[in-house]
Amino acid sequence: MIRRGSLFFVQLAFALVVCAFLIVPVLLSILAGLTVNYQVGISSGLTLRWVLEVWNGYRDTMLLSVGLALACLVVTLLLGVPAAYVLARRQSRLTRFFEELLVMPVAIPGLATALALIVTYGSVGGLRTSWVFILIGHVLFTLPFMVRSVLAVMLAIDLKTLEEGAASLGASFRRRFFDIVLPNCRSGIVAGSLMVLTLSIGEFNMTWLLHTPLNKTLPVGLADAYASLRFEIGSAYTLVFFIMIVPLLLAMQRAARPRPVKSSIIKDEE
Amino acid sequence: MSREQLTLFTLLLPAGIFFGAFFLLPMARLLLVGGSGQTGFAAYAAIVTDAGYFSSLVSTLALAAATTVITLVVSGIAGVFLQRNDFPGRPALVAMLTLPLAFPGVVIGFMVIVLAGRQGLIGSLTLALINEKVVFAYSMAGLLMGYVYFSIPRTILTVMATAEKLDPRLEEAARSLGATPWQVVRDVIIPGLKPALISAGAICFATAMGAFGTAFTLATRINVLPMVIYTEFTLQANIAMAAALSFVLGAVTWLVLALARTAAGASVAAAG
Repeated sequence: MIRRGSLFFVQLAFALVVCAFLIVPVLLSILAGLTVNYQVGISSGLTLRWVLEVWNGYRDTMLLSVGLALACLVVTLLLGVPAAYVLARRQSRLTRFFEELLVMPVAIPGLATALALIVTYGSVGGLRTSWVFILIGHVLFTLPFMVRSVLAVMLAIDLKTLEEGAASLGASFRRRFFDIVLPNCRSGIVAGSLMVLTLSIGEFNMTWLLHTPLNKTLPVGLADAYASLRFEIGSAYTLVFFIMIVPLLLAMQRAARPRPVKSSIIKDEE
Repeated sequence: MSREQLTLFTLLLPAGIFFGAFFLLPMARLLLVGGSGQTGFAAYAAIVTDAGYFSSLVSTLALAAATTVITLVVSGIAGVFLQRNDFPGRPALVAMLTLPLAFPGVVIGFMVIVLAGRQGLIGSLTLALINEKVVFAYSMAGLLMGYVYFSIPRTILTVMATAEKLDPRLEEAARSLGATPWQVVRDVIIPGLKPALISAGAICFATAMGAFGTAFTLATRINVLPMVIYTEFTLQANIAMAAALSFVLGAVTWLVLALARTAAGASVAAAG
């Protein structure tokens, strides 16, 4: 039995208040998206009408966001994993400078990056009106998360010894990279991928300037709905967004949790 | 050896080309465009010489500072508490506190409207209690609330990760030497958390400086720099001024993060 002082309960109450501040609006907006009339309250009845209206009116924004997020994931994997490998193998001043540069699009406001892209490539052929323009912005913003996530795992495992072992057995570089390096940093790749998907689906700061009326992503549609449609529809749209993003966030929390140490004494719960 | 170097170089090349073409080059272009307006490169000084822009800069800095202080106090208390105590329901509480981690700015703005907007919870509660509807979502106060909301999950995670590494024996030693709980907090816990607080605080500050979605959702007339830049770009079509202001904003934000990193040491990289 643990004795709890009054300080414990004061702090617990504080943590609960903070939690309520974060979670109550989420629950209220979910409720509002399913209520016939939010002002009247739940007594006006529950309905899926608003969700259906959002689905019919904004389906293309959801599809575009999912497509963009997947494309962004592919590009960040192709660019980011090899880059992380190089940064892990060569911890020099030059590679650290490169890493520093790579993080800049996260430090610098998305508005500035988007403006820079527009003044440089805004008049290039069909690029301005293409979804690829948005993809470029998303890759800039998410690439550092992929690189760092993979790099952290690569630095934690003894990459050098593993590779030397494989090389001494005659494995080629290609073989070592695909059979030794990639499987060993799987956890970093998974964590990075979840982060990239989540950030891409939610990205607004850049996308708002990069999008065109024919290329609206989900957050752009959300901003539209909040500004011009009734509260219940905005809420229903937010609900759809939560349905897309919460599984990703929960998976991210799971991936971040340190794996339990397997031993014969501790019962393996997996 | 040189063959290995070639392989490594080839692996880094795609990311390097992408980054050069779509970030470094555009940023250089932005710098030039910023100086291409009627006033030339003096546009870069306008942020301090022009009274309107300067007042936006000051209110943006004040907003970012307030966000940082409130977030650090709230997340510091909650984070240390959650790391130090085990109780039924703790994992669920931690999960809920970190759930909004990657909500986009527009959604954060809507959460503020749900709480403090015209149809919001705070309005209904105050109407019932004091017979007056309190609505503050569409103002600087609403924006502050949104940025605190946005920053708490990330900061709590950073604080918890650092608090885990603090040595509880130091606190016991302080206590056994007669330190009051407040003295333990001030002289043992806060110094131990300092690198995490600096790095997390810098991220709060940078977010509040440059975020755009929340302000956009709440009200377009809130006088913060990102909104001013957006207005210059779209409504005034003053692309040179928008470019100059966003370059300055980017430089300030980057500088804050770089300074914090130097001040907090290597641990910032891990926390970022």
